[in-house]
Amino acid sequence: MSKFPVDRIRNFCIIAHIDHGKSTLADRLLEMTGAIAKTEKNKQVLDKLQVERERGITVKAQTASLFYNYEGQRYLLNLIDTPGHVDFSYEVSRSISACQGVLLIVDANQGIQAQTVANFYLAFEAQLTIIPVINKIDLKNADPERVESQIEKVFDIPREECIRISAKLGTNVDKVLQAVVNRIPPPIASTEDPFKALVFDSNFDHYRGVVANIAVFGGRVKKGDKIVSAHLGKAYEVNELGLLRPDEHPTQKLFAGQVGYIIAGMKDVKEAQIGDTLYLQEQPVEALPGFKPAKAMVFAGMYPMDQSEYTGLRSAIERLTLNDSSVAVQRDSSLALGAGWRLGFLGLLHMEVFNQRLEQEYNASVIVTAPTVPYKAVLSSAKLIKNRRAVQKNMVYIDDQRVMMKYLFPLNEIVVDFYDLLKSHSSGYASFDYENAGYQAADLIKMDILLNGRPVEELTTVVHRERAYSTGKAMCERLKDSIPRQMFEIAIQAAIGSKVIARETIKAYRKNVLAKCYGGDITRKMKLLKKQAEGKKKMRRIGNVEVPKDAFISVLKRKEK
Amino acid sequence: MMRRTLNAVSRVLPPRLRHFSGGEVTEDVSECAASPQITERASLYVHWPYCLRRCSYCNFNKYISKENNSHVMTKCLQREIETLLRLSQVSCITSVFFGGGTPSLAHPSIFAAILETVSRQVNLSDEAEVTLEVNPTPAGKSRLEDYCRAGVNRFSIGVQVSNEDLKSLGRDHDSHEALQTIEEARRLCPGRVSVDVMFGRPKQTVESWEIELSELLRVCDDHVSLYQLTLERGTQLFKQVECGAVTMPSEDVTADMYQRARKTLHQHGFQQYEVSNFARHNSVSHHNISYWKGNQYIGVGPGAHGRFVPLGEGGVVREARTQTLEPDVWIREVRQRGHGTRRRLQLGHLELLEEVLVMGMRMTEGINHKHWEMFSPQTGLDEVFGESIVVQELLQSGQLILDDRGLRCSWEGLALLDSILPALLVELERQISPKASRGPL
Repeated sequence: MSKFPVDRIRNFCIIAHIDHGKSTLADRLLEMTGAIAKTEKNKQVLDKLQVERERGITVKAQTASLFYNYEGQRYLLNLIDTPGHVDFSYEVSRSISACQGVLLIVDANQGIQAQTVANFYLAFEAQLTIIPVINKIDLKNADPERVESQIEKVFDIPREECIRISAKLGTNVDKVLQAVVNRIPPPIASTEDPFKALVFDSNFDHYRGVVANIAVFGGRVKKGDKIVSAHLGKAYEVNELGLLRPDEHPTQKLFAGQVGYIIAGMKDVKEAQIGDTLYLQEQPVEALPGFKPAKAMVFAGMYPMDQSEYTGLRSAIERLTLNDSSVAVQRDSSLALGAGWRLGFLGLLHMEVFNQRLEQEYNASVIVTAPTVPYKAVLSSAKLIKNRRAVQKNMVYIDDQRVMMKYLFPLNEIVVDFYDLLKSHSSGYASFDYENAGYQAADLIKMDILLNGRPVEELTTVVHRERAYSTGKAMCERLKDSIPRQMFEIAIQAAIGSKVIARETIKAYRKNVLAKCYGGDITRKMKLLKKQAEGKKKMRRIGNVEVPKDAFISVLKRKEK
Repeated sequence: MMRRTLNAVSRVLPPRLRHFSGGEVTEDVSECAASPQITERASLYVHWPYCLRRCSYCNFNKYISKENNSHVMTKCLQREIETLLRLSQVSCITSVFFGGGTPSLAHPSIFAAILETVSRQVNLSDEAEVTLEVNPTPAGKSRLEDYCRAGVNRFSIGVQVSNEDLKSLGRDHDSHEALQTIEEARRLCPGRVSVDVMFGRPKQTVESWEIELSELLRVCDDHVSLYQLTLERGTQLFKQVECGAVTMPSEDVTADMYQRARKTLHQHGFQQYEVSNFARHNSVSHHNISYWKGNQYIGVGPGAHGRFVPLGEGGVVREARTQTLEPDVWIREVRQRGHGTRRRLQLGHLELLEEVLVMGMRMTEGINHKHWEMFSPQTGLDEVFGESIVVQELLQSGQLILDDRGLRCSWEGLALLDSILPALLVELERQISPKASRGPL
């Protein structure tokens, strides 16, 4: 591998709006450079996660090193596949920091979309070479000329630089490879420098420990070397390293400019932080500039189904958040559900994907709740009520197309759905950021839920007076649907102090016995009774009312869309 | 080896002599079901699967027969009876019940043949109850006498209703015919005729039900079975209700109907002995009581169910057995290997007790201590249920009774039995489970 002088290495990613064809192009590039055999099944080879395949999106960035022969020379092209959804701009930004150029794909019919713009800015700010690629020219409605004009106008990139391709059919994909060689500069790195590498991704392998994906910014590293992580200051011995093609190909050494993987006896996921710098023990270097931590936009509470599963869920969350450091994690607890977490995500899709991965990869079953926000009780309350309880602070026009508005919001109003709604109302173009403005007085009240007169502690909530009735009614209705009938009537009430503001009733059974039960088939009846018996074991008693755990969950959980 | 012999010996000796059989005898609790008291006998259920039509509410295992399969069916029933009697090694059949389908479609000689097959192999007392389910059509009525001659000594007449909506339920008789059938049956087997009636039917009201009941009481014999019409998935009635063509009476109404019927029957001298069964002059259904008391039963014919210990193949544990559902397939299997048993499941100690509990509690007398002891010699009712808070509450609220007689529901509790049973099952599992894992052979 040392035969690869740095000047024949190219590190690049593919960025685009969702479904514009990144992964298909990645497939083609892999095929053309022989990394994978040319078959039908290569549709989206790099999307390894089931969740990705199911939703047709890429969530986790994957990497592949390709060998490409061009004009008598052999080149090493390191491709980093990137996610296309608005939620994952952070993953994109990490991949970008390891590259010198990007292929910016635009659909020949749809043209520039929200993520095209967002990703362009990321690459532009990082000062990468941008190669515009117009894809899907094979489709009927393709209008590459119009798109080229768009690109010229919005990104200020001369239309001659655009490459028109069909990733699906392979048309002109070779031109893309040539452009990568010709237009993207090689990494600035010298094998003579001390070893310095950036960790831009990692996985935990059950048998081998932490596998870190690194971009070598300088020097070289080989098996047996002692390396140090800048963040923790801990030393490790390199056990194995190699290239990703896209599967692991072990080698003896990795050199400056290359991208690959390294296994160095790290047992805990916390030992290979994304953004960390690795160097040789004898040759310490200055750490590479860290990444900006992402800001959480959507929050949810997560609890194990049963407290006995707490530690299992904790380690699953720890492992997942290693590979996804854009998730904000905070411990939390609920009277009803026990100890759990409040997690912050980049968006709703990010959260859903996180959940799926929890369940699929780590076999954890989780209760997801609409999160609560912390309140401070004050003795006297001053009013702060405006339209939707937000106060506009100022409004600034950035240019003829964009406006920035500043509002003061109660956190409660934005934690659940605000970001998502904003994005959908603006077709993804709007962006949103917030900062903590401290606590403010508000007209809040404590609302109790009672069953046959007894308060259910776990369901006591603090709500704004305006919301009390609708919240109370909704909770009573959900309870009515999830508490089974019993031999007496059950009165469900939402109350503020002694005043009942909402009520539902569950009628008592007057007759509940199977009419015919002979030596015929009692098996079915036995099964039903035993199932009810099992359910009873898990119920909680509030007075004489038996409440299944599902009832709490249905009241507390996030509403389905 | 030694242990096996000892256990075999302990089975033969009556319980109080076990201690003297020398050495250590570890009694496997799951083998209670294998005590001779229990395994020496069984009741017999015979299923005749054919009907002329299907009633809109029925989800039993029944078939409209295209050709006359009677002969083959009879031969196979006989064959299966022989096989299973041998397998169970019972020495005595305590009662016989012919159900279906419509058994009264079968020729009387068929029943004679079947009863003969039984008597050939085991003791079938002349006093043993032999019940036949009868559909009160004119055809059925004319054969009643012949059935008696064939050996039937009790009739169960499915009257279901006593006014015009018989047709809408798909029944093929009218109320007048039903009355005549009852009369004839009473003539032939006085005091041994049961009338089955259904309430909770579409369009029925509490008042119309009262009237029906009083008409019924004028003509019925000493036994009445009252069933609430239940909607079963897959039946025509279910579909009719689902699409709104038919409405069922509300829950409150049916609850009222049940309670009123209980009271009315009581006023007329009937004693309710089970959730749905009422008798005066003690003319109970011995066969059905046998089920509720957890005795062994052998089920023969397509879809029949059985509960017995297959001593004949060295079994020591009671099994839950089901015969193949489909008549043609069943026939084939019986021909090939002597019986058409589709499924066999061993009942563990806890499972057996669960069945004893669920079935026994349906009776108004509930489960008495001695009865329970037969199946659970080491843990009595007080030990199982006495301590639980939930049971205490049920006792206090008057739905359950636990005293020196045993465990049973009160009058109010019986109507809510299925709300009470899960709590009892939880307690049972809690008390019995740890002990049941003491090693089998």
